[in-house]
Amino acid sequence: MSKDMRLNRFEIRLSGLGGQGILTLGKIMGQALALDHGYFVTQTQSYGPEARGGASRSDLVISSSTISYPKTVSLDLLVALSQEACNKFFTNLKSGGALVVDTSMVAQTPTNIFLGLPFTEMARKVGLVQTTNIVTLGALTHFLPYMRAASVRKSLKSILPSKIIDINIKAFNAGFSAAKKEYPDAPEKWTFS
Amino acid sequence: MAAKTKKKKQVEIFALGNEAVVEGALLAGCDFYAGYPITPSTEIAEEMARRLPHLEEGVFIQMEDEIAGLGAVIGASLAGRKAMTATSGPGFSLMQEHIGYASITETPLVLVNVMRAGPSTGMPTSPAQGDVQQARWGTHGDHPIIVLSAGDVQECLEMTVTAFNFAEKYRTPVILLLDEITAHTREKITVPDPDDLYVCSRLLPSMPPEWYMPFEDNMRGVSPMPPLGSGYRYHVTGLTHDDHGYPTSKPKEVESFISRLFRKIDQFFYDIQIVDEIQCEDAETCIIAYGCVGRAAEMAVQMAREQGEKVGLLKLKTLFPFPRPIVEKMLRQCSFVLVPEMNMGQISREVKRVNNGQSKVGTINRIDGQTITPGEILKKILKG
Repeated sequence: MSKDMRLNRFEIRLSGLGGQGILTLGKIMGQALALDHGYFVTQTQSYGPEARGGASRSDLVISSSTISYPKTVSLDLLVALSQEACNKFFTNLKSGGALVVDTSMVAQTPTNIFLGLPFTEMARKVGLVQTTNIVTLGALTHFLPYMRAASVRKSLKSILPSKIIDINIKAFNAGFSAAKKEYPDAPEKWTFS
Repeated sequence: MAAKTKKKKQVEIFALGNEAVVEGALLAGCDFYAGYPITPSTEIAEEMARRLPHLEEGVFIQMEDEIAGLGAVIGASLAGRKAMTATSGPGFSLMQEHIGYASITETPLVLVNVMRAGPSTGMPTSPAQGDVQQARWGTHGDHPIIVLSAGDVQECLEMTVTAFNFAEKYRTPVILLLDEITAHTREKITVPDPDDLYVCSRLLPSMPPEWYMPFEDNMRGVSPMPPLGSGYRYHVTGLTHDDHGYPTSKPKEVESFISRLFRKIDQFFYDIQIVDEIQCEDAETCIIAYGCVGRAAEMAVQMAREQGEKVGLLKLKTLFPFPRPIVEKMLRQCSFVLVPEMNMGQISREVKRVNNGQSKVGTINRIDGQTITPGEILKKILKG
């Protein structure tokens, strides 16, 4: 978990449905990695014209050197919060890349090798289903060895309005500890190019 | 424009392209925004609505439509404000008439057009570069105009400052073309210290009001511009006017007026035409790109260089007036010039126009709402 881990275009796709908070998730992750860790980060987004329910995705490219092409080419990490997103983007995952799914939304995974937690269920237990994205963020913070929980919390506090920060920190911790319990060795399994 | 040496007051932020435009505008002294929000430019209006009321003189108005939006901007600019608006394809079409009005009345303003896939409503959340020739020729009548573009978030900030500087310096509307990808990419950017930034403001008249001639010719072709209401009274009209601002149709006066409009831009080509040359010195193949495609091309150049191909990239930041001298140089130097763009060939036709058979010009045109990938460009280069 060294703090200056070198990355060469580590590509992440966060995908799901409109309204799940995918774009906010990307923004919080990106800000933590760019401003606190000092990586070069580009976060792009793609969404449909609907306010809720359409396909939504947010792509992050994280690198220790400057990034020319801001979009993703082949994914190191795919986060799917809906069955449709999982089916659609699984082929973009490079071999050896990791798949993270919300098991309460994705019934069928295209592979048996994946990291799964019921994010939506967990958010409901936290008390607010809208915190699904932050629960996911907590789990991702555990899965990604170069992301520090302290800086993500800092980023959370600077982006989210203060009246909902407490429940979100709770959601973040729930996701983080569940991932740690369920997949204690996940952070060591990465092969970085 | 980004400060290269260490400065105290510069700050790093993680921002959208659209938010960087707002940062740039505020740094350049913009204190008036009027417009009508439209995807994918909405964040500019949102951020302006948040920030402008905190300025001492800041005004944000959401108008009833884009026509009124640009109308209000022209009025504010005539009253001495640094004013801007932002829109996307459908709104840009509505604004065309007022662009002409701003052009003939020589009103400085900045218009940001975040291009989305068209025509008409098209695909509101998909990127395209289809408004390039519209930006140049959209309004009727023969007129000069400055069209700039930006490809990454830092450039969004820098080019917005440049756009305001050009508008004020040359008393002309300036159009900044972004695309959905650039506008909706978040990146870490450095907001420069305002003290280190070159900011240009319009020239005010030095003579007493009764001697003032609002459209008098001079060396630069740009006459001083007092704010309306400051004691200098003059007539503003969309009709072709004489030095005093009153309508005229005398051939001699019309001829000298219109040619001055062109001359004030033409004679400063060297100042206006901004390009980025990336590995161009020894290039045998050259890619000419702008906006988000420029970044894909940059990666393609890197990939091609790794394979031993001598490829360079000319990134256009000024689209019009077309940076002919530098493009001609690359056409002479290279045996193959590739112009990838997300339309059916709006800049490649300019490249072909200045080519005169010196080089082979290839194109990649993509109009499906998807971005051009580095792989696509590389493949085309290797095939030649």
